[in-house]
Amino acid sequence: MPNIKELTDLTTQVRRDILRMVHKVNSGHPGGSLGCAEFFVSLYQELMETKDGFDMDGIGEDLFFLSNGHISPVYYSVLARSGYFPVEELNTFRLIDSRLQGHPTTHEGLPGIRIASGSLGQGMSVALGAAQAKKLNNDNHLVYSLHGDGELQEGQNWEAIMYASAKKVDNLISTIDLNQQQIDGSTDDVLPMGSIKAKFEAFGWTVLDIEKGNDIEAILEGMKEAKSLTGQGKPICVLLHTVMGNGVDFMMHTHAWHGKAPNDEQLKEGLSQNPETLGDY
Amino acid sequence: MKTYTYTEKKDTRSGFGAGLAELGRTNPNVVALCADLIGSLKMDKFIEENPERFFQIGIAEANMMGIAAGLTIGGKIPFTGTFANFSTGRVYDQIRQSIAYSGKNVKICASHAGLTLGEDGATHQILEDIGLMKMLPGMVVINPCDYNQTKAATMAIAEYDGPVYLRFGRPSVPIFTPADQKFEIGKAIKLTEGSDVTIVATGHLVWEALEASKALHEAGISAEVINIHTIKPLDEKAILDSVAKTRCIVTAEEHNHLGGLGESVARVLAQHNPTPQEFIATNDTFGESGTPAQLMDKYGLNSDAIQNAVKKILKRK
Repeated sequence: MPNIKELTDLTTQVRRDILRMVHKVNSGHPGGSLGCAEFFVSLYQELMETKDGFDMDGIGEDLFFLSNGHISPVYYSVLARSGYFPVEELNTFRLIDSRLQGHPTTHEGLPGIRIASGSLGQGMSVALGAAQAKKLNNDNHLVYSLHGDGELQEGQNWEAIMYASAKKVDNLISTIDLNQQQIDGSTDDVLPMGSIKAKFEAFGWTVLDIEKGNDIEAILEGMKEAKSLTGQGKPICVLLHTVMGNGVDFMMHTHAWHGKAPNDEQLKEGLSQNPETLGDY
Repeated sequence: MKTYTYTEKKDTRSGFGAGLAELGRTNPNVVALCADLIGSLKMDKFIEENPERFFQIGIAEANMMGIAAGLTIGGKIPFTGTFANFSTGRVYDQIRQSIAYSGKNVKICASHAGLTLGEDGATHQILEDIGLMKMLPGMVVINPCDYNQTKAATMAIAEYDGPVYLRFGRPSVPIFTPADQKFEIGKAIKLTEGSDVTIVATGHLVWEALEASKALHEAGISAEVINIHTIKPLDEKAILDSVAKTRCIVTAEEHNHLGGLGESVARVLAQHNPTPQEFIATNDTFGESGTPAQLMDKYGLNSDAIQNAVKKILKRK
């Protein structure tokens, strides 16, 4: 049984990491990162089967691809706190000569990263290729991917969504971070997308909702159900209903903190709402 | 002077198809992807023999590039196949981020490059692809000259670990390179020894350069013809050694003069040994409909044009 208290404590620490990382360099994307903290912690601590160490091919383990690469702070924090690289390295986020680039990349050799992302809309295609390689290798492990909801405005996604069901890529679980925000405003203000659920279903996917996308128990339950539906001839889409900026009250329910760092005072306030648990880096 | 003859003409894309089929038999990690152009890319044999290693993507080139990048994660060596236009310009950002910046071992195989695609016209005749691809850090760019060399290049790039752009074409052209010639990435091939002028050519223009050198020889001009099948990395030594002797150079390619082989050569010469140069290339223009021969004549990409450029450059020495 997962220890929810431990996962919650880790999530709180990850929130602190995110705030401190973006504050230090006065840049980066805290809103989406905070909204997905519970998801990343659940994925790396409970859901994915991973090997010790890191190799690019990832044969014999589950793989994860982050398509909306701008939420790199949460990705880096959870990778570091899951043992992929030293936690102290979070100190180098976005600095010159760092492996922790503004957007994730394989180029600097950071363990845990298997593809560069940042230019949006490309991750699902990559995840599909990796999933099909697993089938060729008779590797029964799964491929997970995460995408922003605004990111679905990129057309390449729909090429990939169409392909996934046509080719029965049923070892893929693609999660959509449904926070309904993007840089210029709410997704409904910028470009209303209608029912994302109906669209994925029309394209032949099995779709699940996790209504409480910032609740670890709900995430674990929903993702375990998603896992149980793999291998049945259809790709799986999880609609993860999250709150952008979750856990820092003044950052919640707004697109304002999509790509803005807190100032000294705001950092102090944000940290006070998330007391240190495992120790700051 | 060494002369070259041929008994058969074939399209370079068929060389790609034959090389891919051979790889299917010899390298179990090679997989192929196509965006609804199997017949045009001559991928049928590979597919017939290895159906489980072939991915029909449909008309979705962006998705194809991403899937290819993903397939490398798990040790596969993906060869993508579509026209040169749809292999480069249409999917530049996908190649840039998911393949080149990510350092993925994808082989982007592009047919129907240049004007010799013919009647379909300018929408399909890309003359900018060499430039687009050579600007990407880490991307190898190869443009072989005939069936045999395209087959050999296809097989050689499977042995190289990293992203490669392999460019070939549609029309039947003379087969004059030996069937057993090993393909060495980045190693130029000197086809004729000469002392008056260096002609550096790539792709379909290599045969035209040989034809030009024959005619020039009869006119008393000694041309050294070099086949630059690899535009990046460029065999700088082969070029510098030759111009040290001839002191002038003509570059020839089925591509825009902006961004092509000629500019790569000019950079090397400007840095190491400034040398008069003439460019056989298109002049910042789109193509149009016509037969390949008509187009190559109209846009000045044939033996006659090379001979005229040589006569011009000799006066500038």
